[in-house]
Amino acid sequence: MARMLTYAESIREATENEMARDSSVMVLGIGVDDFKGVYGTTTGLVEKFGTDRVVDTPISEDAMTGVAIGAALAGLRPIHVHIRMDFLLLAMNQLVNIAAKGRYMYGGEVCVPMVVRAIIGRSWGQGAQHSQGLHSFFMHVPGLKVVAPSTPYDAKGCLIQSIRDDNPVVFVEHRLIHYQKGHVPEVVYTIPFGQARVLSEGSDITLVGISHMAAECLRAKRYLHDMDLRAEVIDPVSLSPLDIDTIAASVEKTGKLLVVDTAWTACGASAEIIVQVTERLGNAKTECRRMGFAPVTCPTTKNLENHFYPDAQKIASVACRMVNGDRVSTVVDRIPDFSIPPEVSPESVEFRGPF
Amino acid sequence: MVENFYRALYRIRRVEQEIARVYPTDIIKSPIHLSIGQEAVSVGVCEALQPSDVVFGTYRSHALYLAKGGDLKKLISELYGKVTGCAKGKGGSMHLIDTAAGFMGTSAVVGTTIPLAVGYAYALKQSGKDSIVASFFGDGAVEEGVFHETLNFAALKGVPILFICENNGYAINSHQSKRQPMDNICERARVYGMPAERIEDNDIFEIYERVERASSEIRNGREGPRLFECMTYRWREHVGPNEDFDAGYRSRSEAQPWFESDPLKTLGASLEIDRRGQIEVDVEAEIYEAFVFAEESPFPDEDELYTDVFTEA
Repeated sequence: MARMLTYAESIREATENEMARDSSVMVLGIGVDDFKGVYGTTTGLVEKFGTDRVVDTPISEDAMTGVAIGAALAGLRPIHVHIRMDFLLLAMNQLVNIAAKGRYMYGGEVCVPMVVRAIIGRSWGQGAQHSQGLHSFFMHVPGLKVVAPSTPYDAKGCLIQSIRDDNPVVFVEHRLIHYQKGHVPEVVYTIPFGQARVLSEGSDITLVGISHMAAECLRAKRYLHDMDLRAEVIDPVSLSPLDIDTIAASVEKTGKLLVVDTAWTACGASAEIIVQVTERLGNAKTECRRMGFAPVTCPTTKNLENHFYPDAQKIASVACRMVNGDRVSTVVDRIPDFSIPPEVSPESVEFRGPF
Repeated sequence: MVENFYRALYRIRRVEQEIARVYPTDIIKSPIHLSIGQEAVSVGVCEALQPSDVVFGTYRSHALYLAKGGDLKKLISELYGKVTGCAKGKGGSMHLIDTAAGFMGTSAVVGTTIPLAVGYAYALKQSGKDSIVASFFGDGAVEEGVFHETLNFAALKGVPILFICENNGYAINSHQSKRQPMDNICERARVYGMPAERIEDNDIFEIYERVERASSEIRNGREGPRLFECMTYRWREHVGPNEDFDAGYRSRSEAQPWFESDPLKTLGASLEIDRRGQIEVDVEAEIYEAFVFAEESPFPDEDELYTDVFTEA
């Protein structure tokens, strides 16, 4: 029987494995040694590796990012954990001006091997400042790698790869997929960066889902299947570097591309993917669309929050219209009358805080 | 000791003067922040450190780079944008580095290297090495939030670090009294539980002796961090090669006592004339050679634009 772990458990396993293998690996962040262990992703590490290597930090994101970089310059491999990606805004100077640029502006004299784990929150009233997906900020900057695996299998392999990489890596996690269970082998393995994963094959449209939206795209595929539409679902896994080969090859086959991000669309990862596919294919006939957060601040109340995020139904609706034109739905944002009862993502319904 | 101090001070002063001399030709096509007048802080501290100790600096770090043993040819080549520079011409005056000398880098953004220095010191402590780190910054940097965040963590963990505040009185063209309600930088450090001392008058011997004592106490993390506020004075404009006493924000008379107590002058006067002459001749030859080297060095190839974005496996 396949060994099943949650996404959070696979993060913990990857971290423990690397800390045991390499004494230069350390974990720091607010609450990494407490009884909640950042949703269980750091649980038990301090007992095993001690307080020098598992460091609960003061509430000082800016300085602690600099401390992590300084430790990396001295040969350590810090993993800096942020329970909310929003907090990274306090660390932008260190990440953008030093971590990303150190190698280049010091003429190759130094390297900065560090991982910045950033968790995107959602549901149960996360609201304006606990919900942002800011990965495109980091994709914009040369010198940073950005990964956002969506499955427990990729989470383990990608985190090990990130820790062993000699460069700064922003490792994007989504709170709702922390609960997802999936096959995670006990053996140690790495997932190379710059390789997208085709989660499900199809021929009518390419759905690219980033982080949690990969799961929503898989659900949308089930709706579309009942309408005799075969969607190909791709998880980019690694956003920078981006595997445009795999996505473009899929779009060449399907002729339609819908990119769904767990972030705003303006200047975002979805825009970048579409532009790169368009540049690659040079084909004006390829139809491309993107979906993401509504272009507003995330509201706290549930009924408005539901409208803020793309979900399987909305994705299926847009995809269906892209393939079938007006034959099914004349209003893009109206959910088509599918023959199966609408399914909401269970994790966003089941999630209960506090954290 | 006096000879060493004099050689180091003279070398830095003359390098800076040469940079200022060639600057109007625009052969250095980037900003420079000269250390003239402030050399004693870098020399006093670095003479008290071991070669294996590490320093982090600011955009005004020509003096610190040279005092810590950074390669002079690589410095001038870097300013000239040549591939033989310490950062292959890709960093310039504000992004100097010489890892072999324990000079771990500078930043154009005020306060930014302070936590890097503490992170480095944390790693040294964890590895059991008895090296220490000195973090250099100006009086403006204490206004950055990261200064306080970093001191808090450094004191909490007792990392082996010296915070060296070079207080030259000005952040760009604004006097400290226009920026801070109290003249109390040492006190700000003490509230985090670390000893802090002010050293007046750009006094190189005081700086050397006190840093020497403090550094031996904190080696191998036996004692926590210390802060020294070293009072000094910037003789030239914030950025660029010129004096700016006619700009209106400060007067030549304010600078006069600093000119008169210039340690380069007082140390020079105490040396035997032939000995002093020999030091100066040697240093001049080295500087001449470095500028020629920089001038004759090639610019980076076009391919260099794309190298070192990442560390390749």
